[in-house]
Amino acid sequence: MARSPENPAEGSVDVASGVVPFSRFLYEKGLQLTRKQTTTLQVNVGLLCNQACRHCHLDAGPGRREMMKGETVEEVAAYARRGGFETVDITGGAPELNPHLATLIEKLSPAGSRVMLRSNLTALNDGKRDFLMEFCRAERVVIVASFPSLDLSQTESQRGEGTFGESITALRRLNALGYGQEGSGLEIDLVSNPTGAFLPPSQAEAEKRFRRELERRWGIAFNHLYTFSNVPLGRFRAWLKCSGNFRTYMERLAAQFNPCAFEGLMCRSLVSVSWDGYLYDCDFNLAERLPMDGVKIHVSEMTGPPGPGTPIAVSDHCYACTAGTGFT
Amino acid sequence: MEIYYDPHDLPRFEEIGNDAPLLGKKFFEYYNAVFAEGALTEREKSLIALAVAHAVQCPYCIDAYTQACLEKGSNVNEMTEAVHVATAIRGGASLIHGLQMRKIAGRLSF
Ligand code: SF4
Repeated sequence: MARSPENPAEGSVDVASGVVPFSRFLYEKGLQLTRKQTTTLQVNVGLLCNQACRHCHLDAGPGRREMMKGETVEEVAAYARRGGFETVDITGGAPELNPHLATLIEKLSPAGSRVMLRSNLTALNDGKRDFLMEFCRAERVVIVASFPSLDLSQTESQRGEGTFGESITALRRLNALGYGQEGSGLEIDLVSNPTGAFLPPSQAEAEKRFRRELERRWGIAFNHLYTFSNVPLGRFRAWLKCSGNFRTYMERLAAQFNPCAFEGLMCRSLVSVSWDGYLYDCDFNLAERLPMDGVKIHVSEMTGPPGPGTPIAVSDHCYACTAGTGFT
Repeated sequence: MEIYYDPHDLPRFEEIGNDAPLLGKKFFEYYNAVFAEGALTEREKSLIALAVAHAVQCPYCIDAYTQACLEKGSNVNEMTEAVHVATAIRGGASLIHGLQMRKIAGRLSF
């Protein structure tokens, strides 16, 4: 049975956001959100970033100092080995700015996991870490790169001036190293988030268009394109509020609730560890400091992945994951 | 009624079928079929709809298809060009009728 919200008053619509609390929404639909088998370990190595994108749910940027230390890197790598995860998904901020990144990747490789690196492309190709692309190739790291739009002005309004050209250069370098090339086994995936308070296009249609246009204009190849909604947290939430879009955006997310997306939510199969080593159901709950199962647990205390059936902590930002084609 | 156009009416569009359910149903079935991917993509169809919305000057359609174009992956450059296409056809249609005026004037004049 779905857990009943503790406070019945929660059932009323939040006047500011225009939607009922997500927990209440699930209860009314007779749904509950619990884990299936946890196969992915997501590691947030810090909030320092060379960019300050307007949709960032973590408020990451050049001014942030939160960073995973060497000791925590060791603890995370040990947990990855204990947990036998199929995939380890490294994220940030810009993970490239953490000096322990290469150590973490090296330590993860013998664990047999598929290692993914979420990159904004400009940090990977800023001339200060030339070894990193080669290193990723040698370790067969999957690159998951932000590339919101085929349009310069849309991209730069989200990610900052100069990012479009730099991203193109980085993608071409990665292609030259074999990434995205048939038969190389080196995978590069692109992620497109809408450049404002609207929902993303259909993944299949956008992938076709990106593939055609990137090849035609710049000779760039990639493996997959993912289209994700922006999550109403951090800098994006602040922008939604000050631009007067918050309420209509939340209403739109809630109206687009998709039961299929709900079944496949990433939090059912992923556990996220923060730069200070604590566990969350996902990176968004991490942003909200909403710990897994309501208790702060350190990675060093975990004997294995959280078990199937463990309840997942939810909040209103979950509407972004269940809208349209969802979030993976 | 103080205003003729209310943005809150847009999501209520389907209510137009309330007293003519059969006609409403036929219209919305047709409407949805028109906008489904066919020989043209949904993105291209949204751009056409945006241009036509400007030609027929429907504020509801402009609102709906601005949002739809963005959500189908279009950008403001493409959307602005689409509006210019509508404008060129509208302007051209007026101008080509100017030939009628010139012919009639020619017939009536010394
Ligand atoms: S934000 Fe998304 S991934 Fe996180 S708990 Fe909610 S639904 Fe799951």
